[in-house]
Amino acid sequence: MVHAGVEVVTWVEPGGSVTEARFHLHLFRSIDSLGSNSDTARTMAVETTAAVELLGLTKRFGNVVANTGVNLRVEAGTIHGVIGENGAGKSTAMKMLFGIYLPDAGEIIVNGTRCVWASPSDAIAAGIGMVHQHFMLAGPYSALDNILLGAEPVRWGVIERKKARARLEALAHRYGLPVDWDTPIEELPVGVQQRIEILKLLYRDAKILILDEPTAVLTPQETNDLFHNLKKLRDEGKTIILITHKLREVMSFTDRVTVFRAGAVTGEMQTSQTNPQELANLMVGRKVVLNINVPPARLRNEVAMEVAGLSLAGVVAGSRHKLSDVSFSVNCGEIVGIAGVEGNGQSELLQAILHPRDPICRTSGAVRFLGRDVTSWPALRIRDLGVALIPEDRQEEGLLLERPVLENFLLGLQRSPAFSHAGLLNSTKIRTAAARAVEEYDVRPRDVAIPAGKLSGGNQQKLIVAREFQRNARVLIAAQPTRGVDVGAIEFIHNRIVRARDEGAGVVLVSFELDEILTLSDRILVMYEGRIAAEFSRGQASEREMGLKMAGS
Amino acid sequence: MTGQLIASTLRVSTPLIFAALGGMFSERSGVINIALEGMMLLGAFAAAVGTLLCHSPWLGSAFGIGAGCLLAAVYALFVIRLRANQIVAGMAINMLAMGLTPFLCKVLYDVTGSTPSIPIGERFQSAPLYLSWVLVGASFLWLKFTATGLWVSFAGEHPEALDAAGIRVNRVRWMAVLVSGALAGMGGASLSIFLSSSFSRDMTAGRGFMALAALIFGKWKPLPTALACLLFGFADAVQIRLQGVAVWGDHPIPVQFIQILPYLVTILVLAGFVGRSRPPKASGTSFQKG
Amino acid sequence: MRKFLQPVLAAVFGLAAGLGVTWIAGENPWHVLRILWGSAFGSSYDFGMTLFYTTPLIFTGLAVAVPFQAGLFNIGAEGQLTLGALAAASVGALWPGVPWPMAPVLAILAAILAGTIWGAIPGWLRARRGSHEVINTIMLNFIAAGLASYVTLYLLKNPDSQNPETRPVGTGYLIHQFGIFGGAPVSLALPLAIFAAVLVWILLWRTVVGYEMRAVGQSEPAARAAGINPAKMRIIALSVGGGLAGLVGVGEVLGNAGKFRLGFSPEYGFMGIAVALLGRNQPGGVIAAALLFGALHKGTADLDLETEHVTRELSLVLQALIILSVSAEGLWSWMKKRGES
Repeated sequence: MVHAGVEVVTWVEPGGSVTEARFHLHLFRSIDSLGSNSDTARTMAVETTAAVELLGLTKRFGNVVANTGVNLRVEAGTIHGVIGENGAGKSTAMKMLFGIYLPDAGEIIVNGTRCVWASPSDAIAAGIGMVHQHFMLAGPYSALDNILLGAEPVRWGVIERKKARARLEALAHRYGLPVDWDTPIEELPVGVQQRIEILKLLYRDAKILILDEPTAVLTPQETNDLFHNLKKLRDEGKTIILITHKLREVMSFTDRVTVFRAGAVTGEMQTSQTNPQELANLMVGRKVVLNINVPPARLRNEVAMEVAGLSLAGVVAGSRHKLSDVSFSVNCGEIVGIAGVEGNGQSELLQAILHPRDPICRTSGAVRFLGRDVTSWPALRIRDLGVALIPEDRQEEGLLLERPVLENFLLGLQRSPAFSHAGLLNSTKIRTAAARAVEEYDVRPRDVAIPAGKLSGGNQQKLIVAREFQRNARVLIAAQPTRGVDVGAIEFIHNRIVRARDEGAGVVLVSFELDEILTLSDRILVMYEGRIAAEFSRGQASEREMGLKMAGS
Repeated sequence: MTGQLIASTLRVSTPLIFAALGGMFSERSGVINIALEGMMLLGAFAAAVGTLLCHSPWLGSAFGIGAGCLLAAVYALFVIRLRANQIVAGMAINMLAMGLTPFLCKVLYDVTGSTPSIPIGERFQSAPLYLSWVLVGASFLWLKFTATGLWVSFAGEHPEALDAAGIRVNRVRWMAVLVSGALAGMGGASLSIFLSSSFSRDMTAGRGFMALAALIFGKWKPLPTALACLLFGFADAVQIRLQGVAVWGDHPIPVQFIQILPYLVTILVLAGFVGRSRPPKASGTSFQKG
Repeated sequence: MRKFLQPVLAAVFGLAAGLGVTWIAGENPWHVLRILWGSAFGSSYDFGMTLFYTTPLIFTGLAVAVPFQAGLFNIGAEGQLTLGALAAASVGALWPGVPWPMAPVLAILAAILAGTIWGAIPGWLRARRGSHEVINTIMLNFIAAGLASYVTLYLLKNPDSQNPETRPVGTGYLIHQFGIFGGAPVSLALPLAIFAAVLVWILLWRTVVGYEMRAVGQSEPAARAAGINPAKMRIIALSVGGGLAGLVGVGEVLGNAGKFRLGFSPEYGFMGIAVALLGRNQPGGVIAAALLFGALHKGTADLDLETEHVTRELSLVLQALIILSVSAEGLWSWMKKRGES
């Protein structure tokens, strides 16, 4: 299994379309030189300084291929960055390394030994630890208890907390990770919580530490502290794998970096021998060819939506703001695309716009729709102004999965005079409108009685589009409108969005798919860490530039 | 006079303390236990039967504990394994016990009202009272100082973390539910062979729910919960004496108003009007490996 | 088709298991089954009593079903029906001179109001304070029992009787009883119950409020994203449930006893949970399930006399087993998987 040069891989997307990608690979060690494939290979040592090697790792979830032929090598005693966009497969690969997922094909080699994990416990026993994006800490309990869970030193049935505490104090001192052992977790700032997660790994003698998007929730100061600590850990001989989408961090803090794109590795090199542009190139690339011709926008004078100084402060003291002073406006007749990697405040932005009254969604700033200040309005009233919404998680927020298509068509429209009068629903009108919509928006099968959950992703989305466009809205907010949707439906939905714009609506398009943003948007705003990091007009920026901005450069 | 009142209070609170401790283990592990009432009832019946058979309250209690465990096992099967809704299944268990006890009573003793009286020599004089407080202390120590106690707490608060630490969440929950059945059964036993001399129909009279209320009032911690049980027991012990005696101006306070006080307080506590009471975060949800 | 299958199978399974219990006790299950059937439907009196039990079960079944549709557990039907009956009896006792037909209307409105308030309280607590309605409704049941006890024994006690009951209501309040059931007190409350079921159907499936309630019960995030106010819907759902339970008072006070008797309810409220579950929270299913459980309640009444060991408590056992089998999600999804493969 020698890899070199160019390889073409094809994979199947949900809905049955086929896409392909080309990527360049560096030369990897062949495992032929390891000897036979028998069981004894498991314990045969190999001449290598690599702490971790992944060879040909592949993982499928149903129809979706998350990883395909991943080859990766992490040198011992280094900080190794694993970088890529949403859905590039970096998290999945690392989860296989940690034993959360079982690979469908390929091999994992840790410190020269081929390993097969049945569960994370095996990986932990082999000295691998992982700090997840969402901390596994229980709020009311102390740092000490959280760390000890599952590895408690027990004598005569009693946990020897003193002994554990002493050991932890030593670890904390050695690696510079001071922690308050007895305070309940929920009272500690996020940065400290993360330190506790790291100590969890160190307590179990982890030699290889995997951190999944560790800085997603940290303030800049906490980020610096974290990397200071990571460097210390590395100098003490630990191997650190850092999963991130942030170029700046990779360039500043890692020794080597592997780039993922679309489920496979596109490049691996010393950080010192590369630059942000090259990394961005490897990260971002065309996945799906979009055949849509978008005529130029004809802006109207009216402002569809405007936000000013929109902010959402973090909840725990000292943690990072989720939205920081976001201001922009959208005119009728234009499409404004909000680009960015997932987790940079896009979801929060939408919640703040649609539920500005709710203190959990917005702490300061103003929202205006069609000239009216709606900052103190209830959500229903805002929508009745003429705001259509394609929610980012259609199954959770957009549909009543167990109810028939007919009822889903009504969701949000139940009070409109077209469908109800004096509190009573007019089933004939609803049924007629639903049948017509299903026909016009090509929702298959054409049966308004089947539960919405039985429709395919694309048809579900078309149903939602049909419903929302029923409103004759002046403002359309479309979040991830084509996520998990087959190519045919993608084209349909994109056409409808453009048509809405041409008929005078102001469109806010939030998407993690750069292609979508680039094709449809008249103006593009890049969100990074809760603020608008850049603004481009149509055709003004290349993918690479966008990728740089999205990754914080 | 007061000495008698205190003694009464302690005695009457005993079944509540057992049941509330049982509820505590179950709920801390994330399984709401509405079925305490039913487990107590069946335990009371089984204890009475066992004592009549074996002429010893200790052996009788064993029957009671066993019956509580049995019902708890059925509950756990439906709620943990078959993922039935915990509240619905809990109510069903209660109904099952309410139906089975007179039925079994008829089968064994030919009457549905009560079991035959148990002679005083074969009943408990005070042992369950002391036992209950020993268990309060033991529960506290167990939750705080043992590994399994820690697991139970995490199973209810953050089962994903427990799972990530390599412990089987559902196994912990099974154990907690069985323990709660055993304790509730013992609580029932202290009703039938300690506080009275036989089992009579529906003798739990809502005590299982009062135990739940005490649990919430006591913020799911052993000592405060036990104190809450004392409070409810006090209300129970005192209301007979207060009848016709307690006055507001010229009028006697009706006994019902004193009786409903514990329930009212529970509602206020739950609503956050009287201090904050937060249940374990993962309470009521079933856990499936992601 | 499959939608009917689950409750029917559950009922059959529960029944079979319950009869199995009797077999363990040494009885012949067929004998027991025959007694059940005969006692429930054997004569016009028997059938009448079955209908008499069915009526409050329809009300409490609806009282549990409506909040269930909004995702809420109404365990408080017992307290709500107690206060509803108490309210009807109090109005009738305090103003005995009011003539028919004003009188029963007044009493019915009082019953509905009392029940609605008793449902609105936990609804509000859940909506505004976030405290779970299960414990609250159970607590309120006890409080209602205390209130009822107080009113019955202290305020409105019947001077002519040793029983814990209120003074009789004025004659203008009593509603018509159907004579064809051989003395069983089947009254206008039964058609009222069916009418209530129809109204509930209209509410749930034909009104805006009903749609929004169901949306909240189906998926709160989706409802919220569509602009629906979940808190408001929860209060409405539990209030409606309470009002429905309160209507039990109509059948009991106005159509049967003519007064409020402490403890008159053989746990209609809890049985309502079984009825709602078995009836899949649909008004039509509730009526069918209410009839089943009404028949079981009547059917098991004669078991004391006709068998050696089995008593009327068997109906509780049967209900419990039916509820357990309906609620075992794991079992049903396993069966579904087998069916689909």
